[in-house]
Amino acid sequence: MTSVSQFQVDFTRFLDPQGEALAPLPDFAQDPAVLLPLYRAMHLTRIFDSKAIALQRTGKLGTFASALGQEAVGVGVASAMAGEDVLVPSYRDHGAQFLRGVKMEEVLLYWGGDESGSNYAGPRSDFPVCVPIATQVCHAAGAAYAFKLREEARVAVCFLGDGATSKGDFYEGLNFAAAWQAPMVVIINNNQWAISVPRERQTAARTLAQKAIAAGIEGVQVDGNDIVAVRHAAQQALDKARDGGGPAVIEAISYRLGDHTTADDATRYRDAEAVEKQWAFEPILRLRNYLLRLEAWDAKREEQLVKECTEAVNAAVEAYLATPPPPVTAMFDQLFATLPPAMQAQLDTALRFENKQGGGHG
Amino acid sequence: MAELNLVEAVNHALAYEMEHDPAVLVLGEDVGVNGGVFRATVGLQARFGPARVLDTPLAETAIAGTAIGMAAMGLKPVAEIQFSGFIYPTIDHIVNHASRLRNRTRGRLSCPMVLRTPSGGGIHAPEHHSENPEALFTNVPGLRVVVPSSPQRAYGLLLAAIRDPDPVVFLEPTRLYRLFKQEVADDGEALPLDVCFTLRAGNDITLVSWGATLQEVQAAADLLAAEGVMAEVLDVATLKPLDMETILESVTRTGRCVIVHEAAQTGGFGAEIAAGLAEHGLYSLLAPVRRVAAYDVVVPLARLESQYLPSVERIVDAVRKTMEAS
Repeated sequence: MTSVSQFQVDFTRFLDPQGEALAPLPDFAQDPAVLLPLYRAMHLTRIFDSKAIALQRTGKLGTFASALGQEAVGVGVASAMAGEDVLVPSYRDHGAQFLRGVKMEEVLLYWGGDESGSNYAGPRSDFPVCVPIATQVCHAAGAAYAFKLREEARVAVCFLGDGATSKGDFYEGLNFAAAWQAPMVVIINNNQWAISVPRERQTAARTLAQKAIAAGIEGVQVDGNDIVAVRHAAQQALDKARDGGGPAVIEAISYRLGDHTTADDATRYRDAEAVEKQWAFEPILRLRNYLLRLEAWDAKREEQLVKECTEAVNAAVEAYLATPPPPVTAMFDQLFATLPPAMQAQLDTALRFENKQGGGHG
Repeated sequence: MAELNLVEAVNHALAYEMEHDPAVLVLGEDVGVNGGVFRATVGLQARFGPARVLDTPLAETAIAGTAIGMAAMGLKPVAEIQFSGFIYPTIDHIVNHASRLRNRTRGRLSCPMVLRTPSGGGIHAPEHHSENPEALFTNVPGLRVVVPSSPQRAYGLLLAAIRDPDPVVFLEPTRLYRLFKQEVADDGEALPLDVCFTLRAGNDITLVSWGATLQEVQAAADLLAAEGVMAEVLDVATLKPLDMETILESVTRTGRCVIVHEAAQTGGFGAEIAAGLAEHGLYSLLAPVRRVAAYDVVVPLARLESQYLPSVERIVDAVRKTMEAS
């Protein structure tokens, strides 16, 4: 018997939870000018999440999926992307989207029930959030193929969760992108929970990264609470994909400190004590510890940053709440490039009854 | 002008559009070197290269899903699903993404893709090769569903489908692929989508159909003409959005209508047309509207296939009953 294939999955962590370097750091990690914007972006995401949940609890926002505890994954990856790259997000990736130029009020509009929230003023080519699990991997593979065909130096960067790696779309998308050697980078935000199902019941595979190997793609693991490791791995994958090296998969190990969404109650299925213990590993604390070691941070600046982020979030909330609901015609006017005559009668009916319907529809 | 059968007309339309629009590409299983199992894409890879005529891995979900990603990024993919029975894995992508990308981004992104598949029975194919999934797609907002009935219509409608800025499901009747030839001018002239075509004028009854069953409808119209019943024959061509106006105009004149389709009856597209007649044409009707459709049974294997597909006899019978009722 001969061995015809073997594999290994490498795990990278640069900073331990106390912010101490465990290995020689990449150059960018020694430059506070690079790190401070990342620190701010993580804070902004967390403050945004907190505010969004408060809005939902007071009836001012629909169901919302917080990124609590996973801020380093979105921020770290998006910070390594080039402007012309394309983000193909899931529904928990607003941390990445904000760095891409998506406005906070746009994200609020989307979860608040208005499609115009996905008409991003900033990154015009980025995909809207994808709710059907893992389907976006196939879209990212197709987008990446378009870049390759047109010889554009762009990469499609796709986010998904640990549960999504159980879907066929995940593997099919990886397999297509690899067969085409298309520039796609897939980020698995392994936050340990797919609503109530823990990572260990999702798959018997030892790692999620190794699922890439079946498609002929290198899969690596990083500590998703260590933004240095996340950004470093993303940068390497992006550079390789951009240079024609084909797709990559990064499994970022994080932890979902909050509920799945505002419609979920995680106390039904997981132990509060176990969650509490995870707070020691969370990514904002870790980068703060490191910045303190670098003497690039202090309590005063922390206070100032929180204040500034809170003000930015509050301004976005005000803009969101001040946005009037769309007219009934909005259901029709972007269905097709031109509304087919066959639909005119339905549009006329909708206009006739606009804002005249009684109760029962929220 | 060349004499082409329907599958050759599909091939010519693809070649014309690939020649004139670098954004157009073809993807699917065996579409490249092999030219497609029905030869719809034969010669395209040699002419346009493997980067634009892509032999994909064997996975229909990702064929649809990657086509969406390509379309969103400015390409115009024409994806082939090898047989209609294998189209079901694409539905998640077609329903949840292709048909709504424009709407959910308020027009920022769109999905100008075509999903082509051979459709329907009549060629004694194996199991899962004879399905007619049209009604699944006609219920999906944001999609166009187009069914050609001849080589000329396949050429012109496929060009229109590729050029359309929104997703189109293009169902090619398998049994028409090589049934007959027609003069087809390979001039890049598209036919209009969203309109019915009048194939035959008549004032006694309107026969409404699309795709392969127009063969039986026309044969029935010939027999009826010999009996002195002059049938008007409409080819719906684009099921969704439906040109109900043309159907209503015809039925207003004839006062009678029989709808013929190959897909199963219940929830079939014939019901939508019958409902449109009930809502908007009831007072013109001299007799109840009838449907001749496939039975609500599983598509049988080859030995019973001819009894499953709507036949000339069933159509003539329905017309006679309609005439007698008025």
